[in-house]
Amino acid sequence: MADTIQPITMPKWGMTMTEGRLASWLVQEGQQISQGQEFVEVETEKITNVVESLVSGNIRKIIVPEGATAPVGALLAVVAEPTVPDSEIEQFINSYADRAGKSDDETEGQAAPRVVAAGPHSLNILSIGDGDGQPAILVHGFGGDIGTWLFTQDALAQNRKVHIVDLPAHGGSAPSLEKGSVEELAAALLMAMDALSVEKAHLVGHSMGGAVALSLAQSAPGRVASLALIAPAGIGPEISSEYIEGFLNADRRKPMKDVLARLFASSEAMSAGMVENVLRFKRLDGVPEALGAIAANIAEQGKQKIDLKPALEGAGVPALVIWGEQDAVIPSSQATGLPAGVQVEIISNAGHMPMMEASSTVNRLLSSHLASADAK
Amino acid sequence: MSVKSYRQALNEALHQEMARDPHVIVIGEDIAGGAGASGQQDAWGGAFGVTKGLLGAFGPARVRDTPISESAFVGAAVGAAATGLRPVAEIMFVDFLGVCFDQIFNQAAKFRYMFGGKAVTPFVLRATFGAGTRSASQHSQALYPIFTHIPGLKVVIPSSPYDAKGLLTQAIRDNDPVIFLENKLLYDTVGEVPDGPYVIPFGEANILREGSDVTIIAFGRMVHIAMDAANALAKEGIDCTVIDPRTTSPLDEDTILESAEETGRVVIVDEANPRCGMAADVSSIIAEKAFGALKAPIMKVTAPHTPVPYAPNLEAAYLPDATRVAAAARAAFTYGK
Repeated sequence: MADTIQPITMPKWGMTMTEGRLASWLVQEGQQISQGQEFVEVETEKITNVVESLVSGNIRKIIVPEGATAPVGALLAVVAEPTVPDSEIEQFINSYADRAGKSDDETEGQAAPRVVAAGPHSLNILSIGDGDGQPAILVHGFGGDIGTWLFTQDALAQNRKVHIVDLPAHGGSAPSLEKGSVEELAAALLMAMDALSVEKAHLVGHSMGGAVALSLAQSAPGRVASLALIAPAGIGPEISSEYIEGFLNADRRKPMKDVLARLFASSEAMSAGMVENVLRFKRLDGVPEALGAIAANIAEQGKQKIDLKPALEGAGVPALVIWGEQDAVIPSSQATGLPAGVQVEIISNAGHMPMMEASSTVNRLLSSHLASADAK
Repeated sequence: MSVKSYRQALNEALHQEMARDPHVIVIGEDIAGGAGASGQQDAWGGAFGVTKGLLGAFGPARVRDTPISESAFVGAAVGAAATGLRPVAEIMFVDFLGVCFDQIFNQAAKFRYMFGGKAVTPFVLRATFGAGTRSASQHSQALYPIFTHIPGLKVVIPSSPYDAKGLLTQAIRDNDPVIFLENKLLYDTVGEVPDGPYVIPFGEANILREGSDVTIIAFGRMVHIAMDAANALAKEGIDCTVIDPRTTSPLDEDTILESAEETGRVVIVDEANPRCGMAADVSSIIAEKAFGALKAPIMKVTAPHTPVPYAPNLEAAYLPDATRVAAAARAAFTYGK
């Protein structure tokens, strides 16, 4: 291991990423890094993501400078022990271009989301991964889509099938709701499980998606292997009406940017592409009305209209609750006083989107939660 | 969601809006016919194929072919709009609108104002514009500044398939007269376009790229040239913002001024002739409202003050290109350093 040279390459998150902009290096040439250390920031279509190193060693050479854009898989830097001579490092870099070309073929074969008929709904679902673990289903929040899980999905799909679902009236799924209630969304998710022939799954839900997961656990307890709830709705009274109203009313970039900034502890990390994607979704015929109906079912004047705490108490499956301490949409104080046995993790430098702002930490928590739930 | 051409995106918007609202009609020269129509009509669907298939889907009462009589059918469409329909008139080349100025400037643009807000004129006029197709002086102009000058008209110049569909849908649903101008060279460009209907609000610029060194503002096809220039400049370490205002009336001044204030260095790319053009107009707005933030003179890259030449080499020299845009941005970037 000591004399091996290890490449650090541009990561790929989600299907559509073909290149990334290197926002900043958190280390310098000659510096020692260890596995798990945050060492580089990469700008994506959503936010600027801090990347943890997969390897340990000495940063011998930085190839892509700050501010530059590089294709997925491109060599960003080279790690090796100081004993490796410079000539070998140079040789490695020179020969890397040939090898990098091969990884492009892999990405072309990557799974794309497809539309699955689930009762009256046509749901856009991305299915990735395979393995012995029980399948996991990832459920985004109000106004979100499968892109919510950009930094999460690959980590969870290492040893299991992961289905990433667009709820009705979200992302690529049609606005097929009658009432827009959480129960109706949970019923749609259950129909999706049937359509996917998933008998039992781990449910990972964010915000409103957490409430949907809880509702499903209540109505079809036998179908849920475990619950992982990130800043979930439905277990406490408060919710930001500024966020919900603002999201419903914003139809232009500037107001939408201000609204979406509330999601993050550090809103500078948010990219213009994220705002544009949300606007494109909200411009579709039928979507503003459907979102309005859903919002009216969830909250009124800063108070939640749904109470799913009994569902969490009665779930009888392993449950993990993750909250960003600086959450400005649903306060993290709601994570206190949860039923005994529920694992609670508060992440200090994150807002309402910890799976984006602290993706490595959240991925570690989710992975070990799923592994221990599988073992039960 | 799927990849569609600019032409398909427009065709889809027309199909979906005609299906949604029975008041929507299309009228113009050679616009009937298209796939599924019988006999000779099958060959048509508009001079550029944008209205293909509408006749078969909606019938001759709503898809009206006219003689070569722009002044007559534009006037008929304006009248139909004033009396309850939502007509979409197609003029093959914007250059021909000279013969219908009264219908547009003095009638359609004035009804809402002169009738105290009681009259609406939901009239869309689609036309092609732009040089680069060897079509000579009378079929190549970029006349959007003339319409932008007239209060009461909305003027739309989509630069991508996504924008083309969303802006045409908004134009048809809008209660004011809209001049909707399509650059001929963009019809076969492709991009992601949602399958269902959607609207893009007027007066909302698109920011295609964000950079802190230079702001490039471009209209219509010039947006693509600006992006080519910005990508080339990025390799030199000059990071540009590229703004497509999408509509010249209303104009998203806020987005333009905000970026100008951030970078202090501005290039405006306009295919129109320079006198009283969009480059001149936007330049004056920035000079007036963001003067203190400017670190360099505002650079304009436009066509020269001449008719569009027919000779290929002269036509190429007439049109702004990425090389000229990059040179202007470089000059703005280095000015005063």
